[in-house]
Amino acid sequence: MALGLPENVFIANLDKLANWVRANSLWPMPFATACCGIELMAVGASRYDIARFGAEVMRFSPRQCDLMIVAGRIVMKMLPVLQRIWLQMPEPKWCISMGACACSGGVFDTYAVVQGIDRFIPVDLYIPGCPPRPEQLIQAVLDLQEQIKKTGTLTGREFQRRTQLQTPHLRPAAPTDLIVAPGDYSTATLRWPADDKYPVHPSRRLPLLQDN
Amino acid sequence: MIAYHHILETLRRITGCSHLELRTFRDNVRLEVPREYLYPVLQHLKEGFGFDMLIDITAVDYLYYPDARRRFGVIYCLLNTSTGQRLVVKTYLDEPDLHLPSVFPLWKAADWLEREVYDMFGIVFDGHPDLRRILLPESFADYPLRKDYPLRGRGERHNFPTLSRAES
Amino acid sequence: MPLELVETWETTSNQKQYLWTLNFGPQHPATHTTLRLILTLDGEKVVKAVPDIGYLHSGFEKLGEDLNYNQYVTIVDRMNYISPVANEIAWHHVVEKLLGIELTPRCQYIRTILAELARISDHCLNIGTAALDLGAFTPFLYAFYQRELIYDIIQEASGQRFHPSYTRIGGLMYDVRHEWIRKVRAFVQSFPKAHSDIHRLLTRNRIFVQRTKGIGVLPRELAINLGCTGPVARASGVVRDLRKDEPYLAYGELRDTFQVVCATGGDCYARYLVRMEEMLESLKIIRAAIENLPSGPVNIDVETKEVLPPKPETWRTIEGLIQHFELIMTNRGLNTPREEIYGAIESPNGELGFYIVADGSDRPYRCRTRPPSFVHFAVFPYLAVGHQISDMVAILGSLNIIAAELDR
Repeated sequence: MALGLPENVFIANLDKLANWVRANSLWPMPFATACCGIELMAVGASRYDIARFGAEVMRFSPRQCDLMIVAGRIVMKMLPVLQRIWLQMPEPKWCISMGACACSGGVFDTYAVVQGIDRFIPVDLYIPGCPPRPEQLIQAVLDLQEQIKKTGTLTGREFQRRTQLQTPHLRPAAPTDLIVAPGDYSTATLRWPADDKYPVHPSRRLPLLQDN
Repeated sequence: MIAYHHILETLRRITGCSHLELRTFRDNVRLEVPREYLYPVLQHLKEGFGFDMLIDITAVDYLYYPDARRRFGVIYCLLNTSTGQRLVVKTYLDEPDLHLPSVFPLWKAADWLEREVYDMFGIVFDGHPDLRRILLPESFADYPLRKDYPLRGRGERHNFPTLSRAES
Repeated sequence: MPLELVETWETTSNQKQYLWTLNFGPQHPATHTTLRLILTLDGEKVVKAVPDIGYLHSGFEKLGEDLNYNQYVTIVDRMNYISPVANEIAWHHVVEKLLGIELTPRCQYIRTILAELARISDHCLNIGTAALDLGAFTPFLYAFYQRELIYDIIQEASGQRFHPSYTRIGGLMYDVRHEWIRKVRAFVQSFPKAHSDIHRLLTRNRIFVQRTKGIGVLPRELAINLGCTGPVARASGVVRDLRKDEPYLAYGELRDTFQVVCATGGDCYARYLVRMEEMLESLKIIRAAIENLPSGPVNIDVETKEVLPPKPETWRTIEGLIQHFELIMTNRGLNTPREEIYGAIESPNGELGFYIVADGSDRPYRCRTRPPSFVHFAVFPYLAVGHQISDMVAILGSLNIIAAELDR
């Protein structure tokens, strides 16, 4: 009041104002495919009630949302759909990868399941668990609000820094790249470059991932 | 409740096939049929003995099974809803000629079940109205439940473009 | 995907049909996870519906060939994820049938109670979401609260609220405690009130009745020919329930406590009514089972070398440790007969069966699932024809399609 402003006028940094508004009205787009989707419903239902944190407005149209919650495993046939929906969401947008399957493929280390959606779309927050408890999802939303309040800018400059994927993304595979023998859970699916430690039958040679 | 040996004898007499065999394990009764006689046997089981519900169609790849001589086994689980009697009908196939008659004219339930067997094993059901892949994408090249297909695939699951923040 | 004009306008005026193709899903609020329908529409009327599935195909059956009989229970859990315990019970029921194991009475009763709780929680979710799709939000909240209570009971028994992986070959992970019995009793006391609340909200609700009655009629002959089981078949007048017809677990002893619920309508409303009444019948089974819960061991004798010893024994005694390793180590493990077997239980959704081919090792050579959702979704094109596009969600909701069980 030292400046002599009337009572209902505040002075704020425009970035901070935008962040304050965005953080407290996250509209989730529930991309619920499997078990985690039921826990997502539990979060929306009466006992856990995500409405307390301003994120209860589940919109199934990507145009109206700014937070995508990927709940459940994403398989080969679904991934193009996921990418398309992600592209349809307007900026600013965030993505929570909920559950072990969305984060890393989880127990489903099989031919059809994508081993972590972060290989193919940007992810801001990961929730472990199979499925995560509702409290974990609420905590994730709170963490994301904190993150938005701290780093957000009006024009989305903070996304510039996140342009580069930090995760192992797709790259041309050398002919020597191998698939680990089935049953060997101690190693990751793809190892590059190949070494001589794991002798692999020639029939299990991986074809080229990309032609170049 | 019709005695199983009576079913076997009637089927032998009607189809004229002497290679029908009946095996019992726990409460399961399994009828093994050569593939030429599969459709007549199933038809008679449905129309003559009242096995009016097709519970399941599935297949097994016996590539690495100990002492197995035939590559694929195709299994039909039948149920008689009025008596509660069950019967498993099984037939065998080998690699170059993976064709079986479709049982869609008998049970409409066979529609998707046969499509799934085709999708997973590559067994073709002749006469099926719409034999396409059902669970996997159309562009998928392999038959994943065959034993020579690795659990983690041949790299199909990695073969997608990556979206970065700048592009989205 | 946008609408697309199929027919051209060059046909003569009386043959003129404006058929449109509408893509419905795979990301749509009413498709409950990932289903896709390609509808051909004449105005708002559905002329043809072609389901497209596989958007959640994750290779369960291939994975089953790589895990042993006890490990696969964690994967089976994730199959029908609105009643995971029922899947575990189905899987180990078939494995025990393969190995010829007779369970102890206490284990049978506990499994029966858990299976019935799973049935209640499945039907609660189904009714809640079906009503939600038709515009009624309150029943969903009421029904979901009951599910939370069931989660609490399952968590008390197993330590995990959602995917408990509670069964083992020949028994359970641990025995239940007295607190669990108290919670089940409290649930049996409190559930009828919640049930009657849902009942009063929906059963005579005019909007709900008008949107479900006469919609998606499935005649009895078609239901049999299409292989329907469970509530979908019983709503069409197929009097068949594996709990009565092929009693397993403790259902043989409890067979006088419950009745099979059937209806003759075959429409969405009949399926809703069957599910509502089945919950009460399940409650009767739970009440009878919890009051007659036998004492004694929960696992079969360790000397049979088929069941894992209790964990304290594994940690503290050398015999327990040896017994544990005998089953766990990859070069030992179970001895299975070289045989094939089909077994099934009445899961909340219908007949959930497994076809296991055993090759003598501790891993199934092939473990086929007979998923009720898969068979029921194949019915959808027959039910959809002739109805309005807004009835599609009513039919989908009443069939209770679970995508992970559908695609596996």
